[in-house]
Amino acid sequence: MATLDMDHPDGPRFVPDPLEIPDLKCGAMEGLKPFTAAPEHQAKLGFPGELVENWKEVALAKMAELARKNRAFQVYLDTCVKCGACTDKCHYFLGTGDPKNMPVARQDLLRSIYRRYFTFAGKHFPWLVGARDLTEDVLQEWYSYYHQCSECRRCSVFCPYGIDTAEITMAAREILDSVGIGQKYANEIIGKVKDIGNNLGLNPKALRATLEDLEEDIEDDTGISVRLPLDEKGAEILLVTPSADFFAEPHIDGLIGYAKVFHEAGASWTLSSYASEAANFGLFIGSYENMRELALRIRKAAEDLGVRRIIFGECGHAWRVAYSYLNTLAGPFDFLDPNYPVPQHICEYTWDLIERGKLKFDRSRNDHIRLTFHDSCNVARASRMGDKPGGQFEIPRNILRAVCNHFYDMDRDTIMESTLCCGGGGGLLTDDLMELRKKGATPRMTALQQVTEEHGVTHMAAICAICKTQFSKVMPEFGYEMDSIVSVHQMVSNAIILTGQETDEDETEDKAAG
Amino acid sequence: MEYKVNGHTIPADEEGYIINLSDWSKELAEEIAKSENIEMTDEHWEVVNFLRDYYEEYQIAPAVRVLIKAIKKSMGPEKGNNKYLYELFPYGPAKQACKIAGLPKPTGCV
Repeated sequence: MATLDMDHPDGPRFVPDPLEIPDLKCGAMEGLKPFTAAPEHQAKLGFPGELVENWKEVALAKMAELARKNRAFQVYLDTCVKCGACTDKCHYFLGTGDPKNMPVARQDLLRSIYRRYFTFAGKHFPWLVGARDLTEDVLQEWYSYYHQCSECRRCSVFCPYGIDTAEITMAAREILDSVGIGQKYANEIIGKVKDIGNNLGLNPKALRATLEDLEEDIEDDTGISVRLPLDEKGAEILLVTPSADFFAEPHIDGLIGYAKVFHEAGASWTLSSYASEAANFGLFIGSYENMRELALRIRKAAEDLGVRRIIFGECGHAWRVAYSYLNTLAGPFDFLDPNYPVPQHICEYTWDLIERGKLKFDRSRNDHIRLTFHDSCNVARASRMGDKPGGQFEIPRNILRAVCNHFYDMDRDTIMESTLCCGGGGGLLTDDLMELRKKGATPRMTALQQVTEEHGVTHMAAICAICKTQFSKVMPEFGYEMDSIVSVHQMVSNAIILTGQETDEDETEDKAAG
Repeated sequence: MEYKVNGHTIPADEEGYIINLSDWSKELAEEIAKSENIEMTDEHWEVVNFLRDYYEEYQIAPAVRVLIKAIKKSMGPEKGNNKYLYELFPYGPAKQACKIAGLPKPTGCV
């Protein structure tokens, strides 16, 4: 069923509702499992390679440890009253109809075990309180459904108790890792960062070659020599960006955008081959130790290069880790310039320059694009930009409005703090979960189709590497081209006029003068 | 997973990427392509050969943009674009072409 729009300019009409509650399909996603990590991937992260013999004891001990160390986790386990406010807030529930993807039900897969072993009622009267025994089947069920949550925390926004459901997912994944059941995608990647410095496995030689190639491209396009420096000691700014920015489309166009902005600002900046990754998948698997180890690489790179500032590129959960945890994970950053936020987001940096009139744009260069903006979950709900509440919503939009003439927001219930996940976040951006990713993207795609119909929107911008890759894969399923997803700094790159750059106008004037 | 070429069994991971890169041969590439429902043409080989050359030099697959540039140089601008590469390799030039070229799967947010 669609909803009836009474105020439609062409008269009342039915429009598809991105948040429409689906018919229940019990067990629809049962048994869906991403590939498990091989023993060597597990070992690198300090986890057992396969299911340990005393898995039950280890799992319960881990749960007890988490509840003891993290009081919030225990409160989240104890306080849910099953009010139901979260039930229809999850994009995976909306996309799959599987009732176990209602956040409350998904959480209860773990909560029912906690109750059985750690509460009075559950220990003595399990049948009264929905407590159940921990079995291998339960572990498999956890593995399945806790990999159908992208830890996007949309449901948490609507929880009257403020239960952070992503914490439950993270805890479940950590318990699974501790007994030897890890997810291949996330754990292999964390190992690569430890070995090589980034998720891709891009070595310094290849990284340097890629950056040189991009410098050539920019010069070919603009006639201006714009540098993408690597490992330059004494630079003022260290840019830490997702390695997808060195590899994938449209990410790499965003990287070109950052370089142009730094160039115009006259900034001294560098990338690091040691910390060539902003992403921190330690967050996704709930592993503090792994998250810390990855974050410490950024600190080491900053110290070794002697920089005074750290700026993060377009990566959603990286900005959550950077903004919310970097100081506790890898601080204090007392060697950095205290006059700037530690760390700073590239959007804050660019917007500040725009506000101060330091960048020149020709917005008409983006006139072939009618744009909307997808708020990435971790930026929207777990961080801030600028010095005002809501800066993380306003600043990217301000930048986009400054560089393009046609900007339209999607349905208010699907953006900003209520933004829908792209469907591939939280360690689910893997080919073996493609079916889930498509279903999970449906609500966002429906909201996009609405603005396409109402305003002719052709493109959507994002500031997260995961969102960009996810959308470039799923958009063709919904009638869009794969390049309908763009980087925010790609839009900046399109419109920016570099100092000394000849423009079409100049050419026209030259011809007129000649 | 595994592939069978000339009576030999070549081991591969769950997604069909070969485990030992030295197992690769042109016959194996044809075999992997077949399992991906791809008929190898000269254009496919052009991409696969470039990927293998690049890998030999840098131990990783090139950025999509670098691949496109190389193809543009060798095959002309009408083929040197992302869309054409997706026509050749519908599951994406990076992942699917790497699989056929016997290279490791690009990991991360790509």
